[in-house]
Amino acid sequence: MKHLMGSSAFTAWVSVALMVLLFAAGAAGYTGFASVQVGLNLLIDNAFLLVIAVGMSFVILCGGIDLSVGSVLALSTLAAAWLLQLAHWPALAVIALVLVGGALFGALQGWLIHAFRLQAFIVTLAGMFLARGLCFLISVDSLTIDAPLFVALSQTQIPVPGGFLSPGALIALAVLAAGLWIAHFTAFGRTVYAIGGSEASAMMMGLAVGRTKVAAYALSGFCAALAGLLFAVYMLSGYGQHGQGVELDAIAAVVIGGTLLTGGQGYVAGALSGVLVLGLIQTLIAFDGTLSSWWGKIVIGGLLLGFCSVQQVVARASKGLASNG
Amino acid sequence: MLELSGLHKSFPGVRALSDVSLRLFPGEIHALMGQNGAGKSTLIKVLTGLYAPDAGTMTLQGRPIAPRGTEDAQRLGIRTVYQEVNLCPNLSVAENICAGRFPRRWGRIDWAAVRVEAKRALAQMDLDIDVGAPLSRYSLSVQQMVAIGRALRDPAQVLILDEPTSSLDDAAVQRLFTVLRRLREQGLAILFVTHFLDQTYAVADRITVMRNGQTEGEYLAQDLSRLALVNKMVGAPADQVPARLDSSAPIDGEPVLSARGLSRQGSLQPLDLSLRRGEVLGLAGLLGSGRTEAARLLFGADAPDQGQVEIGGRARRWHSPREAIAAGLAFCSEDRKHEGAILDLSVRDNILLALQARHGLRLVMSREQQNALAEDFIRRLGIKTASADTPIGQLSGGNQQKALLARWLATRPAVLILDEPTRGIDVRAKEDLMDQVRALAHGEAGMAIVFISSELREVLHCSDRVLVLRDRRAAGEYRCGELDERSVLEAIAADPAAAPAA
Amino acid sequence: MSTASAPQRAWNHPLARPLGALALLLALAALGVPGFLHLEIKDGHLYGNLVDILHRAAPLMLAALGMTLVIATRGIDVSVGAVVAIAGAVACQLVGTQGLALALSAALGAALLCGLWNGLLVAGLGLQPIIATLILMVAGRGLAQLLTDGQILTVYEPASFFWLGTGHLLGLPVSLFVVAAVAGGTALLMRRTALGLFIQSVGINPVAARLAGVRTAAIVCFVYLYCSLGAGLAGLMIASNIRSADANNAGLLLELDAILAVTLGGGQLSGGRFNLAGSLIGALIIQTLTSAIYALGVPPQVTMVVKALVVFAVCISQSPSWARHARRPA
Repeated sequence: MKHLMGSSAFTAWVSVALMVLLFAAGAAGYTGFASVQVGLNLLIDNAFLLVIAVGMSFVILCGGIDLSVGSVLALSTLAAAWLLQLAHWPALAVIALVLVGGALFGALQGWLIHAFRLQAFIVTLAGMFLARGLCFLISVDSLTIDAPLFVALSQTQIPVPGGFLSPGALIALAVLAAGLWIAHFTAFGRTVYAIGGSEASAMMMGLAVGRTKVAAYALSGFCAALAGLLFAVYMLSGYGQHGQGVELDAIAAVVIGGTLLTGGQGYVAGALSGVLVLGLIQTLIAFDGTLSSWWGKIVIGGLLLGFCSVQQVVARASKGLASNG
Repeated sequence: MLELSGLHKSFPGVRALSDVSLRLFPGEIHALMGQNGAGKSTLIKVLTGLYAPDAGTMTLQGRPIAPRGTEDAQRLGIRTVYQEVNLCPNLSVAENICAGRFPRRWGRIDWAAVRVEAKRALAQMDLDIDVGAPLSRYSLSVQQMVAIGRALRDPAQVLILDEPTSSLDDAAVQRLFTVLRRLREQGLAILFVTHFLDQTYAVADRITVMRNGQTEGEYLAQDLSRLALVNKMVGAPADQVPARLDSSAPIDGEPVLSARGLSRQGSLQPLDLSLRRGEVLGLAGLLGSGRTEAARLLFGADAPDQGQVEIGGRARRWHSPREAIAAGLAFCSEDRKHEGAILDLSVRDNILLALQARHGLRLVMSREQQNALAEDFIRRLGIKTASADTPIGQLSGGNQQKALLARWLATRPAVLILDEPTRGIDVRAKEDLMDQVRALAHGEAGMAIVFISSELREVLHCSDRVLVLRDRRAAGEYRCGELDERSVLEAIAADPAAAPAA
Repeated sequence: MSTASAPQRAWNHPLARPLGALALLLALAALGVPGFLHLEIKDGHLYGNLVDILHRAAPLMLAALGMTLVIATRGIDVSVGAVVAIAGAVACQLVGTQGLALALSAALGAALLCGLWNGLLVAGLGLQPIIATLILMVAGRGLAQLLTDGQILTVYEPASFFWLGTGHLLGLPVSLFVVAAVAGGTALLMRRTALGLFIQSVGINPVAARLAGVRTAAIVCFVYLYCSLGAGLAGLMIASNIRSADANNAGLLLELDAILAVTLGGGQLSGGRFNLAGSLIGALIIQTLTSAIYALGVPPQVTMVVKALVVFAVCISQSPSWARHARRPA
């Protein structure tokens, strides 16, 4: 039984079960819930969170954490808005620049963490402050985006069986697929897992620990920037207040999806189930109409506690087993 | 095949290796033996390129080599497997074996090929397991095999195993030896670092003994008797006058501390032990015989699986060191860096810590009294420090040890357990310390003391009774008058199949 | 030991660098803003930028005091902002109907419960401090919002409620006296009992501390209790000052400021020695920075960027790798 509980597959399946349970509860309790479009809307509304969660998965899998993603998202929206509206850059160039900028920001944090052996949370906490501050330096107010490409993307509806999806949702799914591929079929992905399992061992095995860690944070920054672009399309605005608290949502999604916060175990696919669980909670609350939306935060906090405690208890039990084996 | 000669290596203040020589031939298992601090791990690090020697030569198949990193050494064909099995427990067996050099197809990792290669590497050792399962699911002995499999993935010349059997049980050790014999037949040169006597004789062809950074000699296993080997390891020349052992300790009387059937899986077989007031009990034995484990179980630093400890006549079970201290025990750990010294705190704070902890939150004494107490110990034990306020991390190892001893003496315990208190201390300080230990027991304080040391002479010099441990169980108990070095050595060295425990 | 000259020894004093930084900031502000250091007495109260800085920094100083002890045990508490919001919400909810005394006690009691929660998760369950306190950070604000029904609760009476945040005593703001009392009490607690010794031991070498008989679990639990209590008091001060409970913004990002204050004051994130006075000065540096930037007319968002850069600089300078780089030429 301990074996069963200890494997990350178990926690991943728990989150899928939770997802199904929540959907069933909603379908049973509220009219209009049990439609495919409700499910698709989840993807549309949370596309940006899914992208961030994929990036966050890699960072957490290698034993770190990235608290700056929400601020990088906001910075991306604002940078894009400013470049589009006030500097009149072509949309494709803006997209390219923002993505590269996000990756560089993440890489810088990763380098600081690795080269100086700093704790990840303090570096990314400061990075969060830095990005937020840069936002407000660009503009204190919200900037509306009316560039034709962005507007077109915002209004496009792509028909799928059962309803429609937005381009943003499709991009998010593509990022998820790419994340899965990277995690399972590239040396980089496997090294991420190795570092999370035991950084010291990974170094002794001759794996490229430093480069991989920096790359993982760069990937997270890239995903945050991409999520920012998706968000900018969704809201058609750039604003420094966007994405408040998104980092915590992303961490919660990753943990609920079955990835251990201590690193080394979990599936990138868990990002999807985690995001959907979070989305379902919010949707249920919205459908109910009587519950304050702040219950959502409390429930998420409770879920986070539950999953972390179970992970901790199982980890301690299996350590006890191993020493006697 | 591999030859080292005249190797020297020094670190600031410490001579790790002096004039070390070693010869390794293909198709042999060569045991490298020695106690803690003998220089074995430094030698291994030189071989694997982690350290560069200050002087001396290394040749491999006649050509001189100078590996400057683990990659270099691996390319030369020197592969090392460490005691802690440096693999990633969350990855699968196959992945651990192939990590860093995955077979690919169309730009992505070819997992089918990875599994095939892993199976092939393990087949060398006649091991057939599910290579897709995570490494953590397997026992430590299997994990070790996997580590060897990884090391031998590419053709190797030399395989170094650093203390591979410290955490293995007997069955696992036998499996490992079968594998090693197989590899030997394939022509591999195997260097097997250990301190276990029985294992050496079971599997090694030749033995090199190290002591205090020097090689004591190289022998064919069949030519070296166990007694002679132990002599070489603990440095007691067989022809010395046996140390006198008179003792004014009481022979009978109620034991102040006794343990019955104390055991813990993997660390210690059931052990009985009793200690009387005013007596020094020495624990003798080689590394890994269970001395430190026994001490930790007595003190409550580890929880025993079975057995109990009686103090003052009442059976107790400690759940934490705090309870043991409250009952009058004190334990001076052998790992002073990680388990003893609180490096950034002053000497005075380190000395006072245990006493204060027992007393709770209220300050046990005023500032002036604290200073006086600290100064008193500094003087009594001869601790060389600029002042009582100096951070203890700035003191030399020996003086740190003295300060830690002062910490426990300050609690005025009824029972004091000293684990390797003389390690890393210069000769004169060692004598002082041992005199103090005897004075504490035989003087009016009447402390009961457990004294553990790897140097047999010290144990015999200090103790009124000696309990010999071997292979994690008791192997003999001797009183004053019955004791001389030779008989104790024999007890330590005894072949368990031959001599019955005394 | 080399015989250092008197100025060198003064520079090596643990408070030298923080004080120096503060003095430098004040000097720069005085240069840039005429009359920055001006003090005057009006209506029997002392007014001026300096007093203002001390007053505004008071909640941060309270949070920094608690954070100092938590960091000293190798932990971290990112939930202080949420606790501030909760305490403010509880107090404002109850003060109108249940009276001042009950409201204040209930608020502090809620803060204590939060601290106990964190302490149990870290010391009892063994969760990493960042994760354990992250949970309260996420859920705590939600809780505060629930308590206020998502509104900003404005308090109109009793007037005695506002005394904590806006009142004056002997010509100086009450908040200064509160901070002085708490700081003094903490310092006494650390010196006159063995707590200071135990906290440092647990932070520097928890294994050795346990073997020496220190109650490591109880000590760890205590520091989280203490930190949340300080945050609760800060929350009361803020609520009293703005005369309302704003569950969204009260104490926002206070945790980073508190961590920064501790590191500026010389505390090491890796645990061990701590310096209460240094943390207080660190909090003052942060507030001086904010006030100076405001007075200079620079957009206040610059403070965030500056704070982030300072955190990077302080962390790098504290890192062992940096120490090795810096010592190379020697």
